[in-house]
Amino acid sequence: MKRLSQFRRHRIVAPLLLVLALLSIGTTFSMAGAATGAPITAAERSALIEEGERIFLKGCSSCHGINLEGSAIAPALLGVGAASVDFQVATGRMPVADMSVQIARKKPVYNEKQVEALAAYVASLAPGPEVPGESHLNYERDGSTAEGGELFRTNCAMCHNFAGQGGALSQGKYAPTVMGVLPRHIYEAMVTGPQSMPVFSDKTITPEEKLSIIKWIKAAEAEPQLGGASLGRVGPVTEGLLVWTLGLGLLVGVAVWLAMKAR
Amino acid sequence: MTASERIAGTVANYVDERTGAAKWMKKNLNKVFPDHWSFLLGEIALYSFVILLLSGTFLTFWFDPSQREVIYDGSYAPLKGLEMSAAYASTLDISFEIRGGLLMRQIHHWAALIFMAAIVVHLMRVYFTGAFRKPREFNWIIGVGLLTLGIVEGFLGYSLPDDLLSGTGIRIAEAIIQALPVVGSYLAFFAFGGAFPGEAFIPRIYTVHVLLLPGAFLALITVHLMLVWYQKHTQYPGPGRTNNNVVGYPLFPVYMAKAGGFFFIVFGVTAFLGAVASINPIWLYGPYTPGQISAGSQPDWYMGWLDGLVRMAPPLETYIFGRTISWNILIPGLIVPGILFTGMALYPFIESWMTGDKREHHLLDRPRNAPNRTALGVMSLTFMLVALINGGNDIIAITFDLSINQIMWFSRIGIIVLPPLAFVITKRLCLSLQRADRDLVLHGRETGRLVMMPHGEFVEVHEPISPEKAWLLTQHEQNPPLALEENDLHGVRRPGVLKNKLRARLSKAHAVSIPKATADDLKEIEHH
Amino acid sequence: MSNEIEAIRDPGLPAHVHRRADTDPKAAAKAERQVAILFLLSALGTLTLIGAYFFIPQDAFIFFPVLGDTNAHQLFLGLGMAASLFFIGMGAIHWAKTLMPDEEVIIQRHEFRSEDEDRADLIATAKAGAAAAGLGRRSLIKRSLGLSLGLVGISPLILLRDLGPLPGDELKKTSWKAGTRLVTDPGDRPIRADDLEVGAVAQTLPQIGEGVHRKLSDIGKDAVLLIRLRPEEFNLDAERLSWTHEGIIAFSKICSHMGCAVALYEQQTKHLLCPCHQSTFDVTRAAKVIFGPSARPLPQLAITVDSEGYLIAKQPFSEPVGPSFWERSS
Repeated sequence: MKRLSQFRRHRIVAPLLLVLALLSIGTTFSMAGAATGAPITAAERSALIEEGERIFLKGCSSCHGINLEGSAIAPALLGVGAASVDFQVATGRMPVADMSVQIARKKPVYNEKQVEALAAYVASLAPGPEVPGESHLNYERDGSTAEGGELFRTNCAMCHNFAGQGGALSQGKYAPTVMGVLPRHIYEAMVTGPQSMPVFSDKTITPEEKLSIIKWIKAAEAEPQLGGASLGRVGPVTEGLLVWTLGLGLLVGVAVWLAMKAR
Repeated sequence: MTASERIAGTVANYVDERTGAAKWMKKNLNKVFPDHWSFLLGEIALYSFVILLLSGTFLTFWFDPSQREVIYDGSYAPLKGLEMSAAYASTLDISFEIRGGLLMRQIHHWAALIFMAAIVVHLMRVYFTGAFRKPREFNWIIGVGLLTLGIVEGFLGYSLPDDLLSGTGIRIAEAIIQALPVVGSYLAFFAFGGAFPGEAFIPRIYTVHVLLLPGAFLALITVHLMLVWYQKHTQYPGPGRTNNNVVGYPLFPVYMAKAGGFFFIVFGVTAFLGAVASINPIWLYGPYTPGQISAGSQPDWYMGWLDGLVRMAPPLETYIFGRTISWNILIPGLIVPGILFTGMALYPFIESWMTGDKREHHLLDRPRNAPNRTALGVMSLTFMLVALINGGNDIIAITFDLSINQIMWFSRIGIIVLPPLAFVITKRLCLSLQRADRDLVLHGRETGRLVMMPHGEFVEVHEPISPEKAWLLTQHEQNPPLALEENDLHGVRRPGVLKNKLRARLSKAHAVSIPKATADDLKEIEHH
Repeated sequence: MSNEIEAIRDPGLPAHVHRRADTDPKAAAKAERQVAILFLLSALGTLTLIGAYFFIPQDAFIFFPVLGDTNAHQLFLGLGMAASLFFIGMGAIHWAKTLMPDEEVIIQRHEFRSEDEDRADLIATAKAGAAAAGLGRRSLIKRSLGLSLGLVGISPLILLRDLGPLPGDELKKTSWKAGTRLVTDPGDRPIRADDLEVGAVAQTLPQIGEGVHRKLSDIGKDAVLLIRLRPEEFNLDAERLSWTHEGIIAFSKICSHMGCAVALYEQQTKHLLCPCHQSTFDVTRAAKVIFGPSARPLPQLAITVDSEGYLIAKQPFSEPVGPSFWERSS
């Protein structure tokens, strides 16, 4: 039953997710360190940008162009901002492994230091949404779960499902599950609108409201099973499946035993 | 005589002197019921209904069927402080404040799903074995009525908590009402007490859900059971079982113990599901508002086929004289289901018209011996299954990495192509099984033992089957098709010739079979 | 088959085979013990239920493989109840199967058709009764009775009239008027054009007065989705293009098929998808239906900005929003 949810889209990547999660925890801590630590000097900054340029030219420019101008198969990156780079690269979506209908989350290719450098480089050429600092992501303090749920159901549930389990879009595309995604990445996704996802501007959904959404997602993620196996939290389809298999199976099994002659 | 026997005797005497029950009881305690697991499918439905009454009554003690706006202040933190209807808030309270409330809610919902599933498999058993034939046509129609009411009752129950999912369901139901030509918007406004969603709907459907429909169920189920009782149960063919007798166990004590015990089994299994598997977690759906929606909004499974049909419908609307007819809603939402259910209700009469058979039937058919009927049944099920699959196309798409558009096109084509295909395949399969039966009777069972003949050839040893088995395989009737003369004795074409032609063709298709093995055939083989 | 062909004979009911418990007292005693154990398991189940009800707190959780972290109160209450019921059933059935008589009994059926004599009697009685009541002769009574019975059925229908108001033009209008500001849902904040980046969406409702309560039936008609594209991405006629503002286009969020909220916007393809029945609308072509069962585009709301730069409706919706109905003209 719980399995059903694991057999969802990412079943092949499932083991990788664990690795990713572990890595992400590491990233979070180092980010926290970076954000709360002393501001980096100009020299450190330009070194970071240089490092980013090196990585970009080697790993990204073949598709996105040497000047971030994009190509037939990849969008221009001028003005996408550090947030977009961080989301795409740190969730493993970029660099893309296979050009299928949709670019899936996978194990990141670059470590967090490299991602930071890349983001700094892309942001240095044209400004765009920044990576939210850890101090801006204190959703426990600044968010409200109930309000977040309301916002989630109005703005997110139509694609990501009522419990954030993900859902189908047209032509084989899908909205991925938001379970197990870092708060930073959720935030960046809302601000930058990756792939099929639209942008949710800070004026229509304020940063505080975004934190509320994150807080609700994290509450849903942590919510234990209040009524037994969750059946994937996808609504009546799996419930119907369970009735026709386990429910009717058990009852017909007993019926067969009942009508069998004893020896 | 012991003390307890004396007391029992006194009570019995008291009752009998006032009711004369002894005679009736004497007769009915010895009533015989044939034993077969498939005869218990209807019982599962019956017992689920009792469970629904019991658990439903429990829920009514706390449920507040009102769309009055309240601020939630219960123990489920993620919804605290939100505006919602009293119906939704009280459902949350049943789930989280009342001990055992969530269990009862889940038992109630699982029981509803089991109820509907049991009705469907019971219907399949009755259909495929031909149990609907004379004299049981009335009971067939009552059964179809119960199935229809069950769908409506289930949908109303699913709608009551006023969560986001159930509100979405009601919205769609409202759109179907609104789409009715001429009277649609009036009916919708009457049903909802104004524009959707209004504040009247939940209280109204509550009365229908807990009073009106359960009453109708009770009445119909009572008649259904009384007819089964009075007409005596059908039985499967077998040695010693004829169209004129019933072979089985007496009501008291064996059948009573078994059937009574089975009630507890059904209740126990439902409680088990209620304990271990979450169903309709309304706290995750959130309160209903028309501006929100969740991906993968589905009805319960027994409505899934309807939703699937609506999804695959072509985008057709007619605008004429300033009026709109929504074929994209009317065809899948009303016309096709109407045809299906009417056809199902009338099937016993259609079949008897085709075969011209007006006799009583108490001995069940083996499905293979009625290839046409079996094929028609599998064809209908295939139709329903394709529709049902399309009803869950988004969940299927995301689970199996498919595209909803692909599944939709598969369903749109499949719903036309697959049912006839299923008909042909099933009919062939039935005839093959008949042929296999014939071979089994004539040549015996293959033992798997090879023996070398004197001239070196290897042959497999065949063992003759038992007389019981041979009887089972050959007891069925094989009736020739109706002979309908197109012309009367004077060579003049009869009136209604087209109808007769159709009837003759159907009758012929219905009578197709492999001649069963007879004693003569056996003798002939022995002579060789 | 014709009658000349000899069918295979019915060998009759097979001889009864005794169960072990019928012949062996030891087996019978064993079966009795098994039944008793099953009944005791049921009692144990009830005890579990009682224990869970009184002693497991409602917020206690326990880890179970397959289930995950599960509410222990609910789980053990349910398991106890399931066991208490299930094992009563198992005990009763096992008892019936092993210890109650298992010799099959035969009873005969009788045709349901009544004897001809009884039928004739019934017909005679019915005729006599009808004649005595004068049903055949007094046609005035018959006709007037028919009339009154026919009419009496109308009264409950009449009495149901007050179930709801007449639709009037309720289905045709929304709260949007020329100059109504678009505000965020939820939040009720007015929106400026430059609040939306390209690729952004916003869920909006018409602005209402401070402290006024928004009715669900209004949301059900008023909900609007704002989408911002690059203006050159539009493929609209001049009128519809004039209904947009700097690449911002507004559509009714209530599906033109069955009224679900169509808010599923795919930014790359510029398609709107309804999650209920998968009608797909092309935003660049004024929400033209490109897939699924809906027959009509989503109504577009003409928007512009007011003197303070906030987005407002230029005019009310030019057509009814939501699912079709008979009185709709197109």
